[in-house]
Amino acid sequence: MSDARTKGLGDIGAMPGDLRRSRFSAALMALALLVLVVSSFTSLDLQWSKFADDQAAQRMLKFFSELLSPSMDSRFLKNTTVAALETLAMSAVGTLLAAVAGLLFALPATQGAGMGRAAICGAARFVLNALRSIPELVWAALLIIAAGLGPFAGTLALALHTTGVLGRLFAEAIENAPGGPALTLQTQGIPGGRVFLYATLPQIVPQLLSYSLYRWENNIRAAAVMGVVGGGGLGALLSFHMGLFHMRETSTVLLAMLALVAVVDIGSWVLRRNLQR
Amino acid sequence: MQPPSHGLRRQTTPPGFHGAEALTTASTQPAGRIQPANRDPAWMGRLFWACAGVALLLPALIATEFKPWILFEPDSLRVSAQFAADFFPPKVEPAFLTMIARETWRTVAIATAGLALGLLIAIPLAVVSTTVLSVSAIPGRMHAWPLIVRQTVRVVLIVLRSVPELVWALVFVRVVGLGPTAGVLAIALTYGGMLGKVFSEILESDDRHAAQSLLRNGAGRLQTLLFGALPQSAAELTSYTVYRWECAIRSSAVLGFVGAGGLGQQMDNSMKMFNGSEVAAMLTVFFVLVAISDAVSARLRSMLG
Amino acid sequence: MRVVLDRVAVRHPAASGRPGPALRPLSLTIERGEQLAVVGPSGAGKTTLLHALACALPPSAGLLRFDEIDPWSLPTRRLHRQRSKLFLAPQVPPLPPRQRVVTAVLAARLPQWSLATALRSLVYPADIPAARFALAQFDVEHKLWARVDRLSGGERQRVALSRTALTAATLWLVDEPLSSLDPTRSVQAIDALTRLARERGATLIVTLHQVGVARLFPRVLGLRDGLLQFDVSGTDLSEERLRALYAQHEDELLNAAPLPRVAQADHASGLSWR
Repeated sequence: MSDARTKGLGDIGAMPGDLRRSRFSAALMALALLVLVVSSFTSLDLQWSKFADDQAAQRMLKFFSELLSPSMDSRFLKNTTVAALETLAMSAVGTLLAAVAGLLFALPATQGAGMGRAAICGAARFVLNALRSIPELVWAALLIIAAGLGPFAGTLALALHTTGVLGRLFAEAIENAPGGPALTLQTQGIPGGRVFLYATLPQIVPQLLSYSLYRWENNIRAAAVMGVVGGGGLGALLSFHMGLFHMRETSTVLLAMLALVAVVDIGSWVLRRNLQR
Repeated sequence: MQPPSHGLRRQTTPPGFHGAEALTTASTQPAGRIQPANRDPAWMGRLFWACAGVALLLPALIATEFKPWILFEPDSLRVSAQFAADFFPPKVEPAFLTMIARETWRTVAIATAGLALGLLIAIPLAVVSTTVLSVSAIPGRMHAWPLIVRQTVRVVLIVLRSVPELVWALVFVRVVGLGPTAGVLAIALTYGGMLGKVFSEILESDDRHAAQSLLRNGAGRLQTLLFGALPQSAAELTSYTVYRWECAIRSSAVLGFVGAGGLGQQMDNSMKMFNGSEVAAMLTVFFVLVAISDAVSARLRSMLG
Repeated sequence: MRVVLDRVAVRHPAASGRPGPALRPLSLTIERGEQLAVVGPSGAGKTTLLHALACALPPSAGLLRFDEIDPWSLPTRRLHRQRSKLFLAPQVPPLPPRQRVVTAVLAARLPQWSLATALRSLVYPADIPAARFALAQFDVEHKLWARVDRLSGGERQRVALSRTALTAATLWLVDEPLSSLDPTRSVQAIDALTRLARERGATLIVTLHQVGVARLFPRVLGLRDGLLQFDVSGTDLSEERLRALYAQHEDELLNAAPLPRVAQADHASGLSWR
């Protein structure tokens, strides 16, 4: 019985044609990837010899070992704490502003039945994409021209970039919200804005808060380094002391950064867990 | 007739009714049932949290030196208006554009090389830290030493991913000097940690039945990974790697601001010179780069299915 | 492989959350090359017995010996080598959905393969004729190049069973191999399984609900609530024994449909207890 079946399939001992073809195209893609990676390495002027150099290795070792002994000077610790709080404030205010602005932009940016204004939708989406494509640090460098050095530029930079990110996420959340309650109100003739406030928004608020809290985790990391380009906070302290090769102070600031990131990560996780209850 | 009071109160007489009528209407309700309050019980809580939020917000605004009116001060307005005016037209000289093209390629190259090195770090660490390949855990609980090793590797991955890549870049610039090497290493370490952690999470959460069966029948650990775990997780792992490559391109541009080369460094130079037209050209190129890598990444990920 | 259980008891694994013993102290000797069937209602401990024999569950009491070696006294590495001498086929076929059948079947050879061979086989399968032969034993040869998730439940089960044709293990532990197979295929599969085991001199232990098939085995164990109720030859498997074993679980008793090899008398007696 089985012979009759396999006879009809020809020589089954060799790999069938379609499998061969898909394997071939997969191999081509792998080759293209390899070419990309190799050309990346060769086109850059990577100074691996600097590592091989005995002196360089010693310098690195010395550098890293100095990093392991943080400074415990009380005045410096106070400065670091102030900078840490400044960084925390930057991330919080920036995320908050972005959540509000993101929601305002998300409304015109939602696609879906009943929203006939395609031009406005397209424009809103374009603005959000533009805001989101430019990294926080680049925004900070730009805003320093307008707002001067200091945490204000950093906060605005975070707010602008995160508006793009959250705006897009919020728009998707609004699109994916179940339409039942909204439809019910609409059939009663209630205008769109109120339908949104009473039907759609209450359903998605936990999701919006969750996205914002998750984004806060990313923003604390961005805020911490914002100071390196002039945005204040721990980053400014870090860049200052590293420039002067004050390794012990640098080490303290790095530890403060790690601690701050951990605190915000945990806080955000706890708050998001509570939202789901 | 008592006026309705706040909070919960046992009320046998509904407000507005008198005497005998009250008896008839009250008889439809069981005696002593608690009536809902006439004030919104959630109000106090909401008010409290709102006030707390404002109370936290004010010091935060002060700490961040939040003074939006600075933007509109005459001096600042003049500088920014001039800078913004320079944006149009963006600089399109051939020599300049050639330089930008070269720098854009360098940015992509730094990201690719960094991610490739990051994979070299991430894959072994993820394989070591996942419990799917644990031999001692086949009959039940893992033995002490394997558990310690796995948790240590996990901590290493978390530390690698918690340090922002800019910080690594700053450190490496001190050690190896300005240039792309610092950027490549910074991306390698940070993204190595990120990829390693997520790879191990993907392996943990996917179905273990096939891998478990192979291990129980005496297959080696790496063999189990290849024949039992990867067949189902490969698509997700590759998809995440492609997504991170896209992120790495953006990171690489940012690292240029601390001297790691590429588009970011050129942007930094032009900004410091207040050269609006150059900055505008570079921002546009950057925007297009991000859009292209976004599209390529989405396409690759949909092909992986 | 010769297997000796000496008052072996096993608790439920912590993950399942069920308290108490899954298998009460059980003593058993299984000679090299023996073939036995294990029957009993759900929760009787059949799967636990197989897992204990496969060194996947440690005994909470008693001693287990394979050819006079106690596997749990061995260091982890040697225990792992010991595992390559046994083959456990779980109830749910452990085949990765996106893998091709040829690779899934050849995976039975992994304990004997070096890492290099394993890698090579992923690119191009190392021993296609062997895979073909194994699949042919269970009549799924035509699915050699198919993807596992495109197979039906019965085909998947037969592919999982065909791994036995390629393993080098000397103790085969097969958990409910016939659950997705129709009566014709069931007898074919058991036929192939027992023949392969006999040709290789492997000890075969199969858990079943199909009582008609169990009768074909030279030795049948009956488990209920973790206790061994009887240990008889297939021909001595009487109605009373089965009724007592499956009391309150009669719906789980399955009879293989009458086929050329099963005598008419068996078929009649199989229906009579209803």
